[in-house]
Amino acid sequence: MELQTLTYIVVGATFALYIGIAIWARASSTREFYVAGTGVHPVANGMATAADWMSAASFISMAGLIAFLGYDASVYLMGWTGGYVLLALLLAPYLRKFGKFTVPEFIGDRFYSKGARLVAVICLIVASITYVIGQMKGVGVAFGRFLEVPFEIGVLVGMGIVFIYAVLGGMKGITYTQIAQYCVLIFAYTVPAIFISLNLTGNPLPQIGLGSAMSDGSGVLLLDKLDQVVTDLGFAAYTAQKGSSLNIFLLTLSLMIGTAGLPHVIVRFFTVPKVSDARVSAGWALVFIAILYTTAPAVGAMARLNLMDTIQTGEVGAADGNLVYEERPQWFKNWETTGLLQFEDKNGDGRIQYYNDKDEAFAAKAASYGWEGNEMVKVDRDIMVLANPEIAQLPNWVIALVAAGGLAAALSTAAGLLLAISSAISHDLLKGMIAPNISEKKELLASRIAMAGAIVVAGYLGMNPPGFAAQVVALAFGLAASSLFPALMMGIFNKKMNREGAIAGMLAGLTSTLVYIFWFKGWFFIPGTEMAANSPANWFMGISPEAFGAVGALINFLVATAVSKVTAAPPEEIQHLVEHIRVPKGAAAAVDH
Amino acid sequence: MSEQKNGQDYWKANLKLIGLCLAIWFVVSYLFGIILVDQLNAISIGGYRLGFWFAQQGSIYVFVVLIFFYAFRMNRLDRQFDVHEE
Repeated sequence: MELQTLTYIVVGATFALYIGIAIWARASSTREFYVAGTGVHPVANGMATAADWMSAASFISMAGLIAFLGYDASVYLMGWTGGYVLLALLLAPYLRKFGKFTVPEFIGDRFYSKGARLVAVICLIVASITYVIGQMKGVGVAFGRFLEVPFEIGVLVGMGIVFIYAVLGGMKGITYTQIAQYCVLIFAYTVPAIFISLNLTGNPLPQIGLGSAMSDGSGVLLLDKLDQVVTDLGFAAYTAQKGSSLNIFLLTLSLMIGTAGLPHVIVRFFTVPKVSDARVSAGWALVFIAILYTTAPAVGAMARLNLMDTIQTGEVGAADGNLVYEERPQWFKNWETTGLLQFEDKNGDGRIQYYNDKDEAFAAKAASYGWEGNEMVKVDRDIMVLANPEIAQLPNWVIALVAAGGLAAALSTAAGLLLAISSAISHDLLKGMIAPNISEKKELLASRIAMAGAIVVAGYLGMNPPGFAAQVVALAFGLAASSLFPALMMGIFNKKMNREGAIAGMLAGLTSTLVYIFWFKGWFFIPGTEMAANSPANWFMGISPEAFGAVGALINFLVATAVSKVTAAPPEEIQHLVEHIRVPKGAAAAVDH
Repeated sequence: MSEQKNGQDYWKANLKLIGLCLAIWFVVSYLFGIILVDQLNAISIGGYRLGFWFAQQGSIYVFVVLIFFYAFRMNRLDRQFDVHEE
């Protein structure tokens, strides 16, 4: 069957499934809309959390990042998984015991302050909106590439699907569609990986294959061969550390505490029946995430090796050592038409030379071979996952599956973010501040309207991404790491932390992180307004803007502690509240809202 | 034993457990995966260099085990101090 027809069928079938679930899982109360009636089984919640968490970036871009950064990409692998340990140990069980609907609600109640709640709402909305833009873009791109529909139409279809299950079902509808989306995306990710691992190493498990010998009979280990192949062409060794240790350390820490502080992830743990379920559910979430995150390093390394071997067919420097352009494989041509692969025959020999011309020593050597610069002028990282099935010559249905998987990853994350945004608006702003006496029915209606509004805004921004769209992941994690995570943690672990300390801490953490990011990336990301070039030489102690969230969090902790020491202790009933959330007993009573 | 004292002891036991888990969390990722990566890379397990393995595989496996270990031990503590849910 034609690839495109097949893709339509597979994607269409998954969409029909999501809509079917939406009709089955309608929400009839605010408790169902915000927290799925706190009736989600911990394993099911773990699976939904994994889909919620793994975005278009995890599915499409991460393996590509690993392929080109090698060891240095470990920051993403450890950073985006280690956060779940913090979540399980430091936040999830206590916030579940607190038993309400949103993250700002906890901050507002714990610090007896509408001001604190408002700061939390603002952090949440900024972090979530910036994050959701990327998902909407991902939906548009996936449609454009696999189904050849215009980008805007792709975004509109995606909006329509999310609209149906998120507006109808709220958290309940989102949870059950996310479970289905997880199954689709993990299947689509692991099938090509298994085939490629079998191909290269003879071992079907990518996690073992990455540490195995090549199956070509040479007995050379895959990682050694990869190191050899890339260093032969002037690139840095794959398994070697290239960035500064301090920066790698802080970036990992920022991603970890950012992960633990992201509201759309935290709120997933409000949906399980018990405190003990919240703990174990974080473990299940990480199991389901780890299946993809331990496969990704294998996909990255193997795809890189395949790419290098395809182009450098013989000995480096030999006259016939490079692929003749006219003999390039079909997948190469396919991706050239998308513009994600670009070749330019600089020395006019009709062969492709792909090497690191930024490395002076190697560039000099290359010149002696008659090479006049790297001829692969563009190798987009994203094709490492997208082109994988074609490179490994897998059947068409696998390619169709990858399209459906990418869409599932983007849609599931978008829905979780949109829910966090709409509940902050209807529950924290409307019910919590503007109209406290609103009836439940009206609040439910308001939350549906807020959801619809959030979808429209996200779709609009996805189609017209502001110039800073590429920078926003750093912003979302920086905000969550420097403002929300410390406030939540101190709210639980420091009984004496008071309103003044928490607000001062959040503002100090937030401002310092924002200023540091804007300093190197331009105020509000407006090009030309940066105060210093974004390069390691200018960074404070070599800390990149993406890695500053951990420093912002430290500033938050210090300022909050200092301010709380010199201001009045929190009222007696707040200290009782803290004692109450520290023990699991009585969680059933706490949910009565 | 008064209820308040019981609550405090439970919390102390919890903090101790959290401290132990976070120490392991730190060692496998930051110490083995980042700070000591070069030294550990001199050792190999299977076809992996050990430091690289911790950074891209091992730390993730340990994280998973840690969370289940914590959940299991906390359930026991909850019962021991009689603060478990019905």
